[in-house]
Amino acid sequence: MIPRALPPRRSSTPRLVVLLAIVAGLLVALVASPAALADTFTPESGGSPNADAIDSLYKIILYVAIVIFLIVEGTLIWSLVKYRARRGGPQEGAQIHGNTPLELGWTVGAALILVVLTVVTFLYLGDIKNPAPSGKAELASAAGQFATIDQPNPPTGEDGAKPLEIDVNGQQYLWRYTYPNGAFSYHDLTVPVDTTVVLKLSASDVIHSWWIPKFGGKMDAVPGYTNKAWFKASETGDYIGQCAELCGSGHADMRAVVHVVAEGEYQDFIERKKDEIETAGEELAKQREEREQADSGEQGNQRQTENQ
Amino acid sequence: MATNDAAARPAGLNGALAPEVTMHGLQDEPKGWLAWLTTTDHKKIGIMYFVATFVFFILGGVEALIMRAQLAQPSSTLVSPETYNGLVSMHGTTMIFLFVVPVMAAFGNYLVPLMIGARDMAFPRLNALSLWLLVFGGIAFYASLFFEPPQAGWTSYTPLSDDAYMPGGGIDAWIFLIHLTGLSSLVGAINFVATIHNMRAPGMSWGRMPLFVWSILVYSYLLIAALPTIAAAVTMLLADRHFGTAFFDPVGGGDPMLWQHMFWFFGHPEVYIMILPAFGIISEILPVFSRKPIFGYKAIAAATVAIAFLGLLVWAHHMFTTPTSTVVLIFFMLSSFAIAVPTGIKIFNWIATLWKGSIVFKTPLYFAAALPALFVVGGISGVMLAVFPVDWQLHDTYFVVAHLHYVLFGGSVFGIFAGVYFWFPKMTGRMMSEGLGKLSFWVMFVGFNLTFLVQHSAGLSGMPRRIYDYDAALGVSDYNLISTIGSFLLGIGVLLTVINALRSYRHGKLAGNDPWKGNTLEWFVQSPPPANNFDVVPRVRSVEPMKDIRREIAKTTGTPAGSVAQPVGSAGW
Repeated sequence: MIPRALPPRRSSTPRLVVLLAIVAGLLVALVASPAALADTFTPESGGSPNADAIDSLYKIILYVAIVIFLIVEGTLIWSLVKYRARRGGPQEGAQIHGNTPLELGWTVGAALILVVLTVVTFLYLGDIKNPAPSGKAELASAAGQFATIDQPNPPTGEDGAKPLEIDVNGQQYLWRYTYPNGAFSYHDLTVPVDTTVVLKLSASDVIHSWWIPKFGGKMDAVPGYTNKAWFKASETGDYIGQCAELCGSGHADMRAVVHVVAEGEYQDFIERKKDEIETAGEELAKQREEREQADSGEQGNQRQTENQ
Repeated sequence: MATNDAAARPAGLNGALAPEVTMHGLQDEPKGWLAWLTTTDHKKIGIMYFVATFVFFILGGVEALIMRAQLAQPSSTLVSPETYNGLVSMHGTTMIFLFVVPVMAAFGNYLVPLMIGARDMAFPRLNALSLWLLVFGGIAFYASLFFEPPQAGWTSYTPLSDDAYMPGGGIDAWIFLIHLTGLSSLVGAINFVATIHNMRAPGMSWGRMPLFVWSILVYSYLLIAALPTIAAAVTMLLADRHFGTAFFDPVGGGDPMLWQHMFWFFGHPEVYIMILPAFGIISEILPVFSRKPIFGYKAIAAATVAIAFLGLLVWAHHMFTTPTSTVVLIFFMLSSFAIAVPTGIKIFNWIATLWKGSIVFKTPLYFAAALPALFVVGGISGVMLAVFPVDWQLHDTYFVVAHLHYVLFGGSVFGIFAGVYFWFPKMTGRMMSEGLGKLSFWVMFVGFNLTFLVQHSAGLSGMPRRIYDYDAALGVSDYNLISTIGSFLLGIGVLLTVINALRSYRHGKLAGNDPWKGNTLEWFVQSPPPANNFDVVPRVRSVEPMKDIRREIAKTTGTPAGSVAQPVGSAGW
């Protein structure tokens, strides 16, 4: 006996209309979203040229993606709605087994889209990977070679401006920054505005990942390796970020803040830091000396007591 | 049963007596629960696989909901950071190693012999072994709840997972889980390969094999290719932790990057291990409910093989932010791009299968049609992540969490649910409730998208993954609240299907042999199938043998055939 397999058309239509409405609503939201909402759909940017380049590359891919998404969902939903079984309609669908030209067509089409994406990626890669020339002169620099990744050294900018190089060391659960004059700080990094900052990333316990979203991509700090990242902030202000690689129970609290300040302010900061560190070091050395003297005195007394 | 009655012996050539078959020590089949514990029947093993994996699915789901509850608002103190990292690790490990991978083996165990016209798997005892290894792997892992769960994520990156930073036994429990479930999958995979290569029904050439069986064959080869590497890696980690070696410890001259390469050399094929059988499931379901042959059978089978091959060459796209030279990053970007092509082919073929069909809207179709609709989102975000300069922004953020759930939940789990609704009548003899099923689908569909769509935006706004707390200043609080509400809706949706299955098992409508007018041989036998599956194995003439059988019956009897399965106790058809 024949099962009554064909449902009345009423049962499926409203749901599909709802589905269509949801998709349409999402699209309207996407297209009509004001500039203020732009970062809802795109990565953070605006802090550094590499972040801006990533943002531009992402947007191009996103537009291609939206077109593909619409084609796939559109044909899928259209097929479901249009070819639903109707009461009294045909028992069977069209007995089509395939269509070689069509299948070859979408294979080649998909491959072509990816070729385009590859070309676009290479167009933007340089701006993202290679540090921009620094805008300000008279900053300390070291022109070391890096063995582990091939981020080139930034070119010398106008007026012989050199990049600022900072060692960033990840530890459970803080970042330690060493400035060119030997001063160091924790959690908060202070850098001058309009200067290319090259970061040499290392880790002394587990893997951490350096990430300030507005300054572009993240880079892992892996024990035993030196990784590199760079940014060039064009405006002063505070930029927040945090460790992006699970590093233990304090991972979520391993935050980082970059203070971008005027150049004079930066010079004052590292000088003051250096002085503070030296004073503290001298203080510590003095205390240690005193304690050692006291200890040896005590030990000497003890030894005398024991001898007696 | 042996007999000494000469008259009953079959006569051989020339009227001579045929060689006598005598059986010694034949024992009665055990009854009750013992029958389940000692069984080597692929159907019983398959059902136990389903029960075990769904128990783990629910455990993993509860872990996820606790995490979502913690993240509903900033500065929440529902769980401690240590507990949260434990939940992260348990959830990921459970869903991957104890649910999605083995539930595919559950479908494979139950269906492969039935679909290819075999009476059991090639090695029934190995089959039982792989089930029990899985169960004990899960128990060994969950035992860590009683001392200290692992806290290094499902990836257990070194040096964090080394004894210096995770001295507790949780990581060791994780290592034993990998070994036990790995052995389970390996044994199962060899069994599938042997079965599929050797035990297909007469006439079932490679070009007539059901697409689900193709996907299980490729799943098995991928497991065999990928699992030895992770087995080696976790053994090295065990030695690092307890025997003083330093494979991954930079202090002793080892290299933490080696772990990542070994892990992802396994870990990325694992992704395809989890999705390809789901693709196979909907490649069976879509044609049945659109009353049409699958569009481009050969292209789908070939794409399955191509995805598997390419899947072995993309592992370092998980490592774009590590210290690695650019030329390597470019290679892995291009190889990851390449996978999009065969995947796209499949999606277009499924849509073309629906096109010009006469689509019957039953619950399995809802879930099956949702797979391409949701998977395409994950596929597109996957291409975005493959562009390594863009990945530098997106890596290790909630964008990745959203991406992986669109492929793993929107893809694999919706496919699994489609399969459960489709084959439940075959396994139990009873239909699941359509009303409850469709309700469950819509609650899951809405809940799923609420949960994971906004997570893309959370990641783009700067929220890293695997954090127990976030700063209100980050501007992701709304996204997280929406996501949490969605996740509980999703949980309710899943629960509805579980209730549906439990109720239908006792009270469902009787299914009959072939309730959906299926295409493949499992619909030829009774529901549930008899112990020997087939009294007589039909000859296979096309990729849709049941359609041929129905047509033949219509021709000989002059009436259209409804249900044509083998008659109970028949001597043959």
